[in-house]
Amino acid sequence: MSVQNTVVPRSGNWRKGEERMAWLLAAPAILLLGSFLIVPFLMAVYFSFTNQRLVPNPNLETQFIGFRNYQRMLDDDTLKHALLNNFTFVIVVVPIQTVLALALALLVNQKLRAMNLFRTIYFTPVVTIMAVVAVIWYFLYNPGSGLINSFLQSITFGLFKPVDWLGDKSLALPSIMVLSIWQGVGFQMLIFLAGLQEIPDSLYEAADIDGASRWQQFRNVTIPGLRNTILFVVISTTILAFRLFDQIWVMTKGAPEDSTATMVLHIVQQGFSQQKVGYASAISVFFFLLVLTISILQRVFIKEERQV
Amino acid sequence: MAVRTEQLAPTAAGTIHGNGYRLRRFIFRLLDYGLMILLAIFFLFPLIFMLISSLKGDEGQVLRDMSSLQAFVPSSISFQNYQDVFKNVPFGRNMLNSVIVTGGIVALGLLVNSMIAYSLARINFRGRSIVLAVVVSLIIIPFQAVAVPLLLLVNSLPSFGLGKPGWIDSYHVQIIPFVADAFSIFLFYQFFIAIPKDLEEAALVDGAGRFRIYWSIIIPLSKPVFATVAILQFLSRWGELLWPVMVTRGDSYRPLPVAMQTFFGQQPRQWGDIMAFAAMVTIPVLVIFLIFQRWFVQSVTSTGVKG
Repeated sequence: MSVQNTVVPRSGNWRKGEERMAWLLAAPAILLLGSFLIVPFLMAVYFSFTNQRLVPNPNLETQFIGFRNYQRMLDDDTLKHALLNNFTFVIVVVPIQTVLALALALLVNQKLRAMNLFRTIYFTPVVTIMAVVAVIWYFLYNPGSGLINSFLQSITFGLFKPVDWLGDKSLALPSIMVLSIWQGVGFQMLIFLAGLQEIPDSLYEAADIDGASRWQQFRNVTIPGLRNTILFVVISTTILAFRLFDQIWVMTKGAPEDSTATMVLHIVQQGFSQQKVGYASAISVFFFLLVLTISILQRVFIKEERQV
Repeated sequence: MAVRTEQLAPTAAGTIHGNGYRLRRFIFRLLDYGLMILLAIFFLFPLIFMLISSLKGDEGQVLRDMSSLQAFVPSSISFQNYQDVFKNVPFGRNMLNSVIVTGGIVALGLLVNSMIAYSLARINFRGRSIVLAVVVSLIIIPFQAVAVPLLLLVNSLPSFGLGKPGWIDSYHVQIIPFVADAFSIFLFYQFFIAIPKDLEEAALVDGAGRFRIYWSIIIPLSKPVFATVAILQFLSRWGELLWPVMVTRGDSYRPLPVAMQTFFGQQPRQWGDIMAFAAMVTIPVLVIFLIFQRWFVQSVTSTGVKG
């Protein structure tokens, strides 16, 4: 990561010109990141200690209220549900999506005919926008005679009784998990595919000569070779899962009874729909710290694992 | 799970184990393809369902067919639903809005992000390492955590004389906040730092300016990373729902994801029309994806390289 030592002779003037040019090239990005990411972030921290509203209420002056927003979070049942749902979503979706993505990558990595076609098919949902995915699956999940109900009914010879997937509070979140995995897994598959192709064939050949079984090769060559890729996929899927919003916004808006509430949905509902910017900012700050902590923990945890 | 079947089956084995081996391999391959075809069905059926339903002009037919395999049979092909969509909502306008917003972000983003990355990767200036560290650490801030204060911020910015308060309901409110992107900068930086310096040094000796070098040496050498960043930004921006939900008010600036959601929310629900809308949102991108498939694959895989 060292910067070049150019062989070009350097006068003081030249250096100054270089410095100015460097800052000039960097200026637009610095300005934009500063104004639209860093400043709003600092605003979030600041607002979280005030009762700021989206459209200021003339009868209610904006003022400092200390930690009251944070205290309020402790009594916010919807927030608790949202947090629980986010964690449930991560704990279920991340492992399933990672394993499925790896399985798909292993399948399409075989040197067989038509692998390109299958790879393309598995990736297709990724280029379908989430709002569309949510709408299609809403139709598929139709209570009563929706396609999914009818399908389950016919493969169980009528044993399965139609359910209201998105209306039942124990089924709504799992139903949303299914379509989220359906839409997202192709992306991770491609990342794994790249990882697989970087493992040298010679390692497999050596393992073959040693008489290692297919499973042993998978355990001792493929998995260690994919370590960094797995780390990346797990962390990025986790962060994406915490950002869960689009499909919820289109399909359930948190219903029934907060069973599909999420952190981001709650931020939007509090800060935008109910205009309580101060409170939404407190949740945003908490949300940021949560995502930060989890990605640090994952990094540390997986690194230690590696040393064992 | 059949791992690398082809390579791992030593050709010699065929002669050692004879027909038994060959038969086993044949059965394995059959199961292999069977599994892959089942998975292909799983990934395709919702899209086929959407397409076929959209072609059924009679709403009753759509509902009658939705619970059986009939849902996948185009009993009658009609474009009635598509006509309905165009009659009821300004679909063309929504599409245009999406193209302008996403195109604007991608085009400006390529320039702005590659410029700073070039500066960070190639010029030794005071403060360089701090800027780099800050940019990299910004990758972790989720947009969702700043969305609400950002809304307040853009609300209070001057409106460029559009007669509305702040930036609300415009193209620039949807474009400008997303142009600079820390992850894109990081991808450019990684690519630039690996380009050999000889050409650049020769140009410097010849007295070429830094911008000249960036423009006529670095950019032509960096087409792959430009394609990667463009595709990744496109994928993440095209479907954006949260921000346009907050900053658009009517159809004039509303992009496709919000238009899809609003159309879906209209009662009574006409599923045929909704599926036609969904198909029209999906098919153009699908076609682009199929044409530029190779680049899509390359760009996605390069995100994992940093691991």
